[in-house]
Amino acid sequence: MRSSPSHGKQPTSSPRTYFELMVKAGAARPRLGIIVNPLAGIGGPAALKGSDGAATVAEARARGARPEAPLRAERTLQALAARVGPAELLAAPGAMGADLARRVGFSVKATSRSAPSETSALDTRVAATAMRDADVGLLLFAGGDGTARDIHDAIGDQLPLLGIPAGVKMHSGVFAHSPEAAARAAEAALRNGPSLPLRGADIADVDEQAARDGRVASILYGSVRVPDLPRLVLPTKAGSPAQPGAELQALCREIADTLEPSCLYLFGPGSTTAMVLAALGARGTLLGVDAVLDGQVVGKDLTESQTLALLDTHLDSRLVVGLVGGQGMLFGRGNRQLTAAVLSRVGADRITVLSAADKLLALTPPTLWVDTGDPVLDKHLSGYIRVRVGPRQQIIMTVSS
Amino acid sequence: MSLPKLRQYHAAVWDEPIVMEMGRAGRRGMVFPTSDAEVSAADGTLDTVIPASARRQHPPKLPELSEFEVQRHYLHLAQETLGMMGISLFGTCTMKYNPRVSELVAARPWLAELHPNQSEETLQGVLEIVHGMNQILCELSGMAQFVFQPGGGADAAYTHACITRAYHEHRGELAQRNEIITTIQAHPCNAATAAAAGFNVVTLPLEEAGYPSVAALEAALSDRTAALMVNNPDDMGIYNPNIKRWVELVHQAGGLAFYDHANFNGVMSRLRARELGFDACMFMLHKTFGAPKGGGGPAVGAYGCSEDLVAFLPRPLVRQVGGRYTIEHEAPLSVGRVREFWGNIPQVVKAYAWTRAMGSDGLRQAADISVLANNYMERRLLAIPGVSKSFPELSSPRLEMTRYSLAKVAEDTGVTVLDIQNRMVDFGVDAFWLSHEPWIVPEPFTPEAGELWSKEDIDYWIDVLATVIDEAYNDPDTVRSAPHCQAIHKVDGAGADDPQRWATTWRAYQYKHSIQVTS
Ligand SMILES: Cc1ncc(COP(=O)(O)O)c(C=O)c1O
Repeated sequence: MRSSPSHGKQPTSSPRTYFELMVKAGAARPRLGIIVNPLAGIGGPAALKGSDGAATVAEARARGARPEAPLRAERTLQALAARVGPAELLAAPGAMGADLARRVGFSVKATSRSAPSETSALDTRVAATAMRDADVGLLLFAGGDGTARDIHDAIGDQLPLLGIPAGVKMHSGVFAHSPEAAARAAEAALRNGPSLPLRGADIADVDEQAARDGRVASILYGSVRVPDLPRLVLPTKAGSPAQPGAELQALCREIADTLEPSCLYLFGPGSTTAMVLAALGARGTLLGVDAVLDGQVVGKDLTESQTLALLDTHLDSRLVVGLVGGQGMLFGRGNRQLTAAVLSRVGADRITVLSAADKLLALTPPTLWVDTGDPVLDKHLSGYIRVRVGPRQQIIMTVSS
Repeated sequence: MSLPKLRQYHAAVWDEPIVMEMGRAGRRGMVFPTSDAEVSAADGTLDTVIPASARRQHPPKLPELSEFEVQRHYLHLAQETLGMMGISLFGTCTMKYNPRVSELVAARPWLAELHPNQSEETLQGVLEIVHGMNQILCELSGMAQFVFQPGGGADAAYTHACITRAYHEHRGELAQRNEIITTIQAHPCNAATAAAAGFNVVTLPLEEAGYPSVAALEAALSDRTAALMVNNPDDMGIYNPNIKRWVELVHQAGGLAFYDHANFNGVMSRLRARELGFDACMFMLHKTFGAPKGGGGPAVGAYGCSEDLVAFLPRPLVRQVGGRYTIEHEAPLSVGRVREFWGNIPQVVKAYAWTRAMGSDGLRQAADISVLANNYMERRLLAIPGVSKSFPELSSPRLEMTRYSLAKVAEDTGVTVLDIQNRMVDFGVDAFWLSHEPWIVPEPFTPEAGELWSKEDIDYWIDVLATVIDEAYNDPDTVRSAPHCQAIHKVDGAGADDPQRWATTWRAYQYKHSIQVTS
């Protein structure tokens, strides 16, 4: 957890870690390291816009949230174990990776002996530094933009990095599109060793000021190297253009004008759906889920449980969502309030996806990703969908998990 | 890489006024004699021939010039614009030489002075030519009947959208079948005309193979499908080998399949649209068939269809009935007219002259040469540092053109494909074509050699490009500030995007200009 905005700073001295001593003593160089931020993503279903900072975590817990990152990291490790068997792994201690990796069957070395019961951003940085000293071939981490920034703060671009997507915000270009994809990248790292092809990627985070001004934008904090596997690693989130195109504007107006009576409409986060709400004369929650019934806003910035409660009383419902630009993420990034439970209740055939055409065409490969946390639902949502790009205009897109 | 020495070139600079601003009051290019008294007595005077309601109150505000001045003016303009006689590898447009003999044929009084409202008996010759061109295109496509009414490729696509509407309406399914499927690499006129005819447009993106998958098409098809509108190969030169399967699937869903054959040059007489299952297709007489383009016209998008759709074709239609040619003016299910009469007949005649001169062997040879020339060009272009092609990993050869990218040059030097285009014209070659919208390939350009250009011309063109790319790396300012050897230098295009300033007629120009002065 990032507690203070200390982005961009490099540590002045590297701590002498247990593992550094071990390496000095001549231990072999491990190919893979893993850090799990056990609290990452906890704010998502609770409609918090991140999980950074102890206060946010406490608030999320108070709203009944449970940690998700360990589950996602476990999915990656399970998938990796199935591919490569009981490989050797360097892990952050305790709940930050080592416990989990041992349980899955890896032969684990920890970066330090003990783990604190309540982890913080500092623990992530200390573990990252140890990974750097051990010179691992690829540093896997489970978290979101906050965790990525903590690692970047500690070690800059000194290690190839790959994120297991587990945060609320994932604007950085370092995340695999699913935990299983992260496993495939990790496998490539294990098999290729130093010849793993790498490319540059951005460390970015949501621009809080822009969000308050009603725009979705990211701030760039630095760059790192990631495995060059385009089908596995998502690029940095592209900002929304300063001026939305006329086609998208017209489409949003058309949607606002043609809402079915007595149907509960849920609008996902983002500037596109906000345009529909604006056409209804309402101000949408830019990073949140809002509900509209018969032209009236009946819920703002809803949590998972609030949404489920609304769905309990309104059997006829539809969901309208935009896309996370640049990454083509449909579910699982920036809209974690739209949980598997919510999506299953609304039903896949009742989801309308809106996007500017050029946002879709900029995606290479032309694929949208879903990562709801529920592999069965992800499969169900996969296939081809029609994305509406203008009045009477649709583009067929592949959806994949 | 050592670069060859290029020819020196500089365009003439005339600072030519607009023709509307030229001349002197009372000056005439041609003075007609007044008619003889006997003629006036027999036919009446102008006052009696033209009714008062149709008579002008004021003479038209035309510039008053001698014939010589008009000729000189347009010669100057032609000199300033390369006269369309540079090396033009303007992709997707199949730049061909328009033989003088075709022009002469079309200019003969027996043709030039005809009027379509003459009696059929006096039109047999021209009707025979129209019917002959129809037969040639039927042979090349396997279709049953062509019309020449559409004034261009996009107009032919619109004709198809109208026929699609009429066809489903006739079957009572129009309300339900409201979607036309196309691909992101189809020419945008397909989506645009489908929308103009009232259909929803469903677009398929490209996948790894360079074209959309069969699975994506299946996902788009439903009982709402009215038609598929595609070109193949697309303008990256990639041929979709599953096209027959595509058409089958569209038919199974109850839709019509339309083949935009603008990119016919590389496959002339190598495939027939009807044999692939298509219900309709269009050919560009002003591209593939050697008729001139002119600035945005005159053009003909010849539209042809299967027997099942003939009833819906625009009328009038030229028919052969027992050795005579007749004009069918109406038909109960016809979509009506998309243009006047039977189309742009001088163009049809020029295309007919060209095609007859080529013969079927000539067409096949031309198709093969255009593919060969493109693949030769591709070898040489890809050897230039900074040039890459769209979908580089595809190994199958491209047909008559290839889309390339200068993304690396732009990344390395900041010089864009537009700068390079501007600089190339300094060497006396015409600007290249970039790409239809949307730009899927960054910094795109698309040359097409066709069968016309000699190996020397193609080599020279490539040498120019190589030289300019070399300049981009070593002297980028020269490229960015180009053109230097043209009649005018960089043009500020902003006015073309500003409705307050653009003007497509002299009257509009004056109107907008005066508003700007007074406001
Ligand atoms: C594939 C394709 N279809 C249609 C058209 C439109 O033709 P026209 O310019 O004659 O309207 C073009 C023009 O470039 C084209 O390349």
